[in-house]
Amino acid sequence: MTRPTPETLAHRANPATVAAAANQAPAVVSPVSTTGAGALVRSLEALGVEVAFGIPGGTILPAYDPLFDSKVRHILVRHEQGAGHAATGYAQATGKVGVCIATSGPGATNLVTAIADAYMDSVPIVAITGQVSRPAIGTDAFQEADIQGITLPVTKHNFLVQTPEELPRVLAEAFHLASTGRPGPVLVDIPKDVQQAPTTFSWPPVLDLPGYRPTLHPHGKQIREAARLIAAAKRPVLYVGGGVLKAGATDGLRKLAETTGIPVVTTLMALGAFPDSHPQHLGMPGMHGTVPAVYALQKSDLLITLGARFDDRVTGQLDSFAPDAKVVHADIDPAEIGKNRHADVPIVGDARHVIDELIAAVSASAEGAGQYEPWWSTLNELRERYPLGYDEPTDGSLAPQYVIQRIGELVGPDAIYVAGVGQHQMWASQFISYEKPGTWLNSGGAGTMGYAVPAAMGAKVGRPDTAVWAIDGDGCFQMTNQELATCALEGIPVKIAIINNGNLGMVRQWQTLFYEGRYSNTNLGTHKHRIPDFVKLAEALGCIGLRCESKDDVDKIIKQAMEINDAPVVIDFTVGQDAMVWPMVAAGTSNDEIMFARDVRPEFEEDDL
Amino acid sequence: MNKHTLSVLVENKPSVLARVSGLFSRRGFNIDSLAVGETENPDVSRITIVVNADSSPLEQVTKQLNKLVNVLKIVELDPQQSVQRELLLVKVRADRAQRSQVLETVELFRAKVIDVAPDTLTIEATGNPDKLDALLRDLEPYGIKEMVQSGLVAIGRGSRSITTGPALRAA
Repeated sequence: MTRPTPETLAHRANPATVAAAANQAPAVVSPVSTTGAGALVRSLEALGVEVAFGIPGGTILPAYDPLFDSKVRHILVRHEQGAGHAATGYAQATGKVGVCIATSGPGATNLVTAIADAYMDSVPIVAITGQVSRPAIGTDAFQEADIQGITLPVTKHNFLVQTPEELPRVLAEAFHLASTGRPGPVLVDIPKDVQQAPTTFSWPPVLDLPGYRPTLHPHGKQIREAARLIAAAKRPVLYVGGGVLKAGATDGLRKLAETTGIPVVTTLMALGAFPDSHPQHLGMPGMHGTVPAVYALQKSDLLITLGARFDDRVTGQLDSFAPDAKVVHADIDPAEIGKNRHADVPIVGDARHVIDELIAAVSASAEGAGQYEPWWSTLNELRERYPLGYDEPTDGSLAPQYVIQRIGELVGPDAIYVAGVGQHQMWASQFISYEKPGTWLNSGGAGTMGYAVPAAMGAKVGRPDTAVWAIDGDGCFQMTNQELATCALEGIPVKIAIINNGNLGMVRQWQTLFYEGRYSNTNLGTHKHRIPDFVKLAEALGCIGLRCESKDDVDKIIKQAMEINDAPVVIDFTVGQDAMVWPMVAAGTSNDEIMFARDVRPEFEEDDL
Repeated sequence: MNKHTLSVLVENKPSVLARVSGLFSRRGFNIDSLAVGETENPDVSRITIVVNADSSPLEQVTKQLNKLVNVLKIVELDPQQSVQRELLLVKVRADRAQRSQVLETVELFRAKVIDVAPDTLTIEATGNPDKLDALLRDLEPYGIKEMVQSGLVAIGRGSRSITTGPALRAA
């Protein structure tokens, strides 16, 4: 095997130098003759794009010619889904717009899962697809797919470009839509003949979006009403969602929490928005949340909801969710307010402005901060009685929770952790301590297995000086691991910790709990047959492969991986198959039915409240 | 459940109707009637949608509609404060023996005959949905061979126009 040496990688633009070049204010470009493809690439440059992930093909070929000479770094992936998730990981790690490129037909449809994933988690990406030439549209031409129609329900907006002249404007609009208001994916479909046609390029274009006016500043009356409810509440909770991270409002959140003394819960999408180690942090609410966080929402008399959306994985059975709570609901998307839960005080605005104005209103309020001592004493007692934990496996196997906990402890809070979907994702949310924004990436809304490897790749490209660890499952890993070839060839040294329990673990857990242990089609054979052998597979993909099968080796192997920085590393952590994720609120049941462990219901002393 | 009439001003661009109608079906709403046409401003189209929904789900669908980038404005038209019309074309069996009775019904509903054949009359009528239902009920005994109906269009009463009035933008 010939792994690329640092010398062979040196010809590639260093991402830092590319970023420096791209961050210069886009000069005004007076009209120059070019083609549609030239206008596309020049627009990407003018928009400050550093990197795009993609695969060329017939209808996008014209664009790849000027891209060859461009300062935009193009990373050739192995599957378009990988390009989409890489753009998402890049966007989540940097806060910038991620870009992915594909050809028409199957190239474009392969992007759809990643686009839907970004839509559910409100991630700003722009997908650029080739389309068959205008005269061929609608004729079932070779590699034709109506990608605009296909992605209507899973994009914030999409465009089918009709003329080369409109390309700069459409791209500027796409980036503006993706990154402002509630962020989300935008797709730009460009017919091949539009790319080939001569045109003139000039910059900047004038945006034409008369129907798009996101509300950023909250209404003062609603802020004052929220402050009044906060002062009057006995059992308030700050219910914090991913919107707070996207708005860059984490400093404000901390100030608001510390000013008011109100307990904080952060959803799966908001981990890192408030330090896990902070004494006011109760943890994550929801199906696999902590007992204190779930209880706090259930017994609260006031939910101060910031950039969260009352997702069913948080509320459990909606009718019985937080039955005594009044709701202050702040979101930049008016459609989220009142969608699942009535809001007593609706606040439309950017979380940063909302939080800043709430701090001002609470500080100015004559009533001062509320008195929450009894509330805190109940919550503190629950924290002591029901901490996150796990039982050592009795069969001598390695505990997956231990592996994940040790990765978090040894690698530390400055690294970026990227999870797949399933048990390992939940354990990674529970047993790694997130102290800083942008250090936890996962597929929360869509629950896309296969997200981790390509998203970690995108995150590492965006933040090359930060350690990026994917915590993946053996099932998830097999969906997108081909991007490790991309990582190896492009010099993207990610770490992939496969929590290999030989099964589709979360599905197996449900089969254990709800299907009498009838394990229908959940055993992947990665234990019994060692197919695939992840160490050999890693090596075949140009990575370093390591294996860990015993508790004694965990630290040593993590440290060994940490010392390798010139190649991607894959570690096969062979763990027991019977570990389960606890606590758990079974799907469709009330949060009141939370189970601390199998057959263990927490005891709540109702009289305390 | 109640019928609501929404007037939606949208950019006059390809794919906008698909975005609007797709949103209704995706969010679980049935459209009773839909009519689209250009407005006094050729860059703007007006979609009139009649939807059967309770007020809280209606608020949700309105907010979702407002999120569509090509949607400029949404107004709900109160039946009392607006004029609502549908267009009906109907081909009725009318031989020599029945013709005068059919013509009498046409007269009664202030409809008009737009095509004549030896054994049929084709009638055009406009009105609110109740009036057209009544006309059809009266014509039915003669034998309706074919009919076609437009979606409902509606416009607010008084001098204020939809572009200057307040929009439906809850929360």
